[in-house]
Amino acid sequence: MTVVEERPAPAAAPPPKPAHRLWALLRNSWRQLTSMRTALVLLFLLAVAAIPGSVFPQHAVDEQRVTEYYQAHPSLAPWLERLGGFEVYGSPWFASIYLLLFTSLIGCVVPRLRDHVRALRQSVPDAPKRFDRLPLSSPDFASGETPAEAAARVAGVLRRRRFRTKVREHDDGSFSVSAEKGYLKEAGNLLFHFALLAVLIGVGFGHWYGWHGNRILVAGADQGFCDSLAQYDDSTLGPRVDAADLPDFCLKLTDFRASYETTGQPKMFAATVAVTEGDGPAKTRTFTVNKPLRLHGAGVHLIGHGYAVSLRYTDRYGVSQTKVVPFLPIDGMFTSEGVAQFPDVNIDPKTDKRDPTLQVGFEGRYLPTVGTDGSATSAYPAENSPALFLTAYRGDLGLDVGTPGSVYALDQGQIATGDLKNVSGARPHELKIGDSWTLDDGTKLEFLGTRPYATLSIRYDPTQTLVLAGAALGLCGLMLSLAGKRRRVWFRALPASPEASGGTLLTAGGLPRTDYPGFADEFTQLVKAAEEGTP
Amino acid sequence: MAELSNQLMAVTVLAYLAAMVCYAAEYAFGSKSRIGRAAERPARVLVGAGAPLSDDVPSTVDSPPPPNKTGEIFGRVAVGLNVVALLLHLGALVTRGIAADRMPWGNMYEYILSATFVGSAVWVGVLIRRPAIRHIGLFVSLALVLLLGADGMIAYVPVGPLVPALHSYWFIIHVSTIILASGIFLIGAVPATMFLIRDGYDKGKRRFPYSLGRNTPDAAVLERLTFRLHAFAFPLFTFGALIAGPIWAEASWGRYWGWDPKEVWAFISWIVYAGYLHARATPSVKRNVATWIALLGFATMLMNLFGVNLFFSGFHSYANAGGM
Ligand code: HEM
Repeated sequence: MTVVEERPAPAAAPPPKPAHRLWALLRNSWRQLTSMRTALVLLFLLAVAAIPGSVFPQHAVDEQRVTEYYQAHPSLAPWLERLGGFEVYGSPWFASIYLLLFTSLIGCVVPRLRDHVRALRQSVPDAPKRFDRLPLSSPDFASGETPAEAAARVAGVLRRRRFRTKVREHDDGSFSVSAEKGYLKEAGNLLFHFALLAVLIGVGFGHWYGWHGNRILVAGADQGFCDSLAQYDDSTLGPRVDAADLPDFCLKLTDFRASYETTGQPKMFAATVAVTEGDGPAKTRTFTVNKPLRLHGAGVHLIGHGYAVSLRYTDRYGVSQTKVVPFLPIDGMFTSEGVAQFPDVNIDPKTDKRDPTLQVGFEGRYLPTVGTDGSATSAYPAENSPALFLTAYRGDLGLDVGTPGSVYALDQGQIATGDLKNVSGARPHELKIGDSWTLDDGTKLEFLGTRPYATLSIRYDPTQTLVLAGAALGLCGLMLSLAGKRRRVWFRALPASPEASGGTLLTAGGLPRTDYPGFADEFTQLVKAAEEGTP
Repeated sequence: MAELSNQLMAVTVLAYLAAMVCYAAEYAFGSKSRIGRAAERPARVLVGAGAPLSDDVPSTVDSPPPPNKTGEIFGRVAVGLNVVALLLHLGALVTRGIAADRMPWGNMYEYILSATFVGSAVWVGVLIRRPAIRHIGLFVSLALVLLLGADGMIAYVPVGPLVPALHSYWFIIHVSTIILASGIFLIGAVPATMFLIRDGYDKGKRRFPYSLGRNTPDAAVLERLTFRLHAFAFPLFTFGALIAGPIWAEASWGRYWGWDPKEVWAFISWIVYAGYLHARATPSVKRNVATWIALLGFATMLMNLFGVNLFFSGFHSYANAGGM
């Protein structure tokens, strides 16, 4: 066997055939796409493309702020919408960058995986002819063993230090020991990049097969909620999810607790619910902000809370109706705004016809703690001295038109046209719990009290675990890759003189295959260890 | 306790400032030859993979004392002050934590206080292992003074309890790893800057920032230190921002990733630093280009810290205490 060069010389290039032009173009583009430089450019592009999503409000993050943006920039907003500015991370241009990047990644790591597997299955290449051309080489040292014995012993030394080794005999009677260590670096690197792919796939499937919905759940047995699409305030199903796929469970909020610092800063929240899953029995469970309620096929997260106001309206025919309406907090002290609408009132029992000009609505604020300064905002988030400030409207609420309006404000269009009129004056009317308020037409509104409500985000993401596992594996790979150092060491054992059998001359050479500043030290140690064992 | 913490913080800034002045004095007095030689030794150890073994590495340890004593004294005093400042910094942090009765990283002020502490501690650690690197201490202390000063002036908030969303052990894990990573990235940005300056100086540039390159350690030493610090911080950042953060977000908000502005910028930083590691591993990309990418990465970290907290609103309740 002859000593082979470290890298086999590339085979002489075949004479250029009149290759298919398109094929050549494709192959060249592929090569370009999978180069490290392209990966760099694409990474950079991805970083830049992510910026607008932090500058403009995003549909998926906060719909409310997108609406505000439309109001503030009426001419710019439609353009931004068309360019995907409010949906950056779902936009075609963002997707094209990461898809190109991941194509490049596949094109890059698949051949590297093949090479690495090959390198693991082949033995370490034989020593180069001359060690003095290597970055590290040792002076000769002598041993009393035969070359074969010396080679076997040195190989043992290296193997004990977890090098992969290969001993080869050469025609001139010499032996070479080839050793390599640090395969984990490349393995880690490949693991990391494949894990990135797994994460991307996981995120994609999670988007297709996941769903989520939000729901305000008011305390009380009469306010239960069951998991069906119609019962969500808003919901999003993945493209592959059908409304019938939602798991079967019902929730009733039996208790909600919140406590606050004296400054009004929240300290603790906890919601207690009665849960029934499928045909199972009702169970009582408590969950908090960081500890969601985990059900089969869904997680229930507590993302907010507030007060629902309970109102009883008695109309001119003496018929009363009770509504419990959630008021939305507008500040940290739970100054809350909301509306109570009574479309089906003042129905003449004789004709049984609804008079659209006699519908009633109340709009205003609820303050859990009325301040001493007379301001229209709450002074503390808990209910220390609660009061409701309402304005009454009568007329057509505009609910029949079919355009979905907000359930937290009256239809401003109806007020503007005069179809819905303020009937209580400019100053809102103050109501304490238990108060009753008689309107100009003799009808009556009673403030029965409040109930807490919890804002729930209910979600299901089937690939969450896959994504987490991918990320964790990727991190392991990353650390292996960044900490690993790949290096080769060769020893050559030559007969001391061709005639006298017995003596052996040894030399060593070392090649760091990756950046490795400590290699010189390790090499010295290795040579020393090989030398120390000489008889 | 809170008052003590504030006073310690002020003294800490002064101590870093004093250290900076001494580093600057050493810079001014220190003779080029001494520093050049001091830098030589670790340079050999660090980049010596190519050096033949038989070559006797000249050691500065045995070399005669440097001709310029003044610079040396200032240098030693600077390191001493630096260590004192670090201890005071620790004191400010610990008293803040005691005053708040929790880990001292519940808002932006405390976050910066902690991250700069990590940076400073890593710097002192590097200094102990490689004393010759001392010469970039001027720039380290400058960076610390600037950041701590900005922290005290822009971000200061009185001690307060945590909002409920932060009551979680993931709060400790997520924030502490990000703080560790940012502190190391911060210290990594200093040799990165110095490498660019030194590299320009070696290429014959003599205009202002490059003129500072006269006294720095070798370009290769700086470049390798830059890489080592970044390679150490990157997995920490990956864990803190892209694993622990999403786990917590999932428990708290129901989704592990929601493109909240803070998440967007953490993603951007991560991508840019990954770009740095790629660029450094690509032979056709020059080392100074790669180093620029590392600095860009640090700029995105600063953007996330100051820009996002102050200009954008999001779920992350760091800057805007109150909400749930
Ligand atoms: C999805 C985006 C990508 C990210 C976030 C990423 C991230 C990283 C990181 C952090 C490293 C340094 C750690 C290590 O050495 O393992 C790295 C190394 C590497 N990446 Fe990527 N990468 C991406 C895509 C790609 C692509 C598309 C290619 C191929 C063109 C590629 C090829 C490599 C190579 C060859 C190395 C090893 C460099 C060395 O020799 O140390 N990566 N990557």
